Amino acid sequence: MRILARLFQVFGTNKTSWVGLAMFVAICAMALLAPWIAGTDPLEQDIIAKLRPPSAEHWFGTDEFGRDVYARLVWGARISLSVSISAITLALVVGGTIGLVSGYVGGRFDMLVMQVMDILLSFPALILGLIIVALLGPSQANLIVAIALTALAPFARITRAPTLIVKERQFVEAGRALGFGHGRILFVHVLPNIVSEVLVMASLWMATAVRVEASLSFIGLGVRPPTPTWGGMIRDGFENILDAPWLCIYPGLAILALIFSLNMLGDGLRDATDPKLRGE
Amino acid sequence: MIWYVAKRLLAAMPTLVAVLTVVFVIVRIIPGDPALTVLGDQATPQALAALREKLGIDKPLLAQYFDFITAALTGDLGRSLVSGRPVIQEVVAVLPHTLDLTISSLVLGTALGVPLGVWAALRRNRLADYVIRIVSLVGLSFPVFVSGIFLLMVFSLHYRLFPVIGTSNLADLGDRTWKLVLPTITLGLVMVAYITRVTRSAMLQVLSEDYVRTARAKGVPARLVIRRHALRNALIPVVTVVGLYLGINIGNSVLTEIVFNRPGLGKVIVTALNQRDYAMLQGLMVIYCFLIVVTNLLTDLAYGLIDPRVKQA
Repeated sequence: MRILARLFQVFGTNKTSWVGLAMFVAICAMALLAPWIAGTDPLEQDIIAKLRPPSAEHWFGTDEFGRDVYARLVWGARISLSVSISAITLALVVGGTIGLVSGYVGGRFDMLVMQVMDILLSFPALILGLIIVALLGPSQANLIVAIALTALAPFARITRAPTLIVKERQFVEAGRALGFGHGRILFVHVLPNIVSEVLVMASLWMATAVRVEASLSFIGLGVRPPTPTWGGMIRDGFENILDAPWLCIYPGLAILALIFSLNMLGDGLRDATDPKLRGE
Repeated sequence: MIWYVAKRLLAAMPTLVAVLTVVFVIVRIIPGDPALTVLGDQATPQALAALREKLGIDKPLLAQYFDFITAALTGDLGRSLVSGRPVIQEVVAVLPHTLDLTISSLVLGTALGVPLGVWAALRRNRLADYVIRIVSLVGLSFPVFVSGIFLLMVFSLHYRLFPVIGTSNLADLGDRTWKLVLPTITLGLVMVAYITRVTRSAMLQVLSEDYVRTARAKGVPARLVIRRHALRNALIPVVTVVGLYLGINIGNSVLTEIVFNRPGLGKVIVTALNQRDYAMLQGLMVIYCFLIVVTNLLTDLAYGLIDPRVKQA
């Protein structure tokens, strides 16, 4: 509970993160409420009404199969969010554990692990994701694994550094003297002290995850059609860019809004949690 | 300087080997038989065995590893399974296009980003600072294929100011530059946003240092304090970020090349993906690693240029 209280305190002091959070929650609500607010079936084709411009009937127009762009956009939010949230959760849990353990154990083991993480970090996320999905084959699960792998190293780094400091503090020593196991010390005593840094990182890397997912879908390596994905919608729309620019415009704005909200959230949180900036 | 370069080059070798090892591990731990992936379920056992031998994956793992490392370090990246031409040849043919794009967007990013960042820092918490911060955050949030398509729609399709197709004649400098404009802006915008933000925060930090206060107190003109005392010291983190960002830029150039239909490394990688050209992909990954190591090397050299203390260390 103390962690939550601290987090709310951080939020309270920073307007940017509030705006970002509000936008993000709105997009999440859109994804959750998709069956009720989408109006029509995103897969329903109507060949006669293909490539119609935005109108009262089809708010964002229709695509080359006569599918409603608005409905596809609303449902597409589910893929973007579920893939990126799962990938970041996976990266956070696995990368975070690697960092915690590596920092706690220290010595040669720590050096080796961090060397591997540094190399992983030097690959551009998109290229690494591209190659992993290409080799594994495009599916939602593989996409999640690929994106998680690109975000593994930053989480390992961010949990390791504070662990190195915290493990030398007296309360950890006291815990050890009382005979607490390593697991208890790590998760009950070290972890709560680094939660805020990890959350800032998570929101900033969520933005990257959304971008990589959308980019891979745009290249044709995303979740398979006919499932609507924002990147995939732009890919299809790009072929009809002369006749139907709305096919690219609306999903493009949706991706921009989601990434922008996450960047605002992360940026605001970072300013609020960074002691160097907070003091001024 | 030459000694410093040589030392850095030598130090880059273990990194290169380490990165190559990671490539090897990634390619090998991925489940499935590459021969089967390339040839499909219908392939005869003889054909599969032949391809495995051609790819060198019938040997023991350790032998494969040494073959891979020695071949990569001597510049042999194998041959494309589709065209049969050496990977290196295919890459060299398109490399100028990708380099044009990466370098021009880097120049744009630095030329605009550094002054904007300095300006925002000097106007801290005033209107200009807020506007620059919000706009740069929007710039950072654009996936390049979205901003590329938007630019294409406005400037090529609506106003017809720039060509839609980006394939240029390398020998014709005018044509080459002309077709570079929109892709450069697309890729450069993200770079401008990034460099602006880093310059701003680095400048804020440096401006509160004692030596800046001292310089001001002894009456050095404001312009000189900013340029000589503050900016020069703020540039180190900027260079680090530019170096890191070049890697991301190489990744983003894939998307830019698709949107503007430009030849380049990105096009080659996507074609290899679609054709399941396994050998080509592995070779391309090595080239990307090589480019990243070179970028890191250049970043280190830039430190030496900006900060003389680095060279002596």
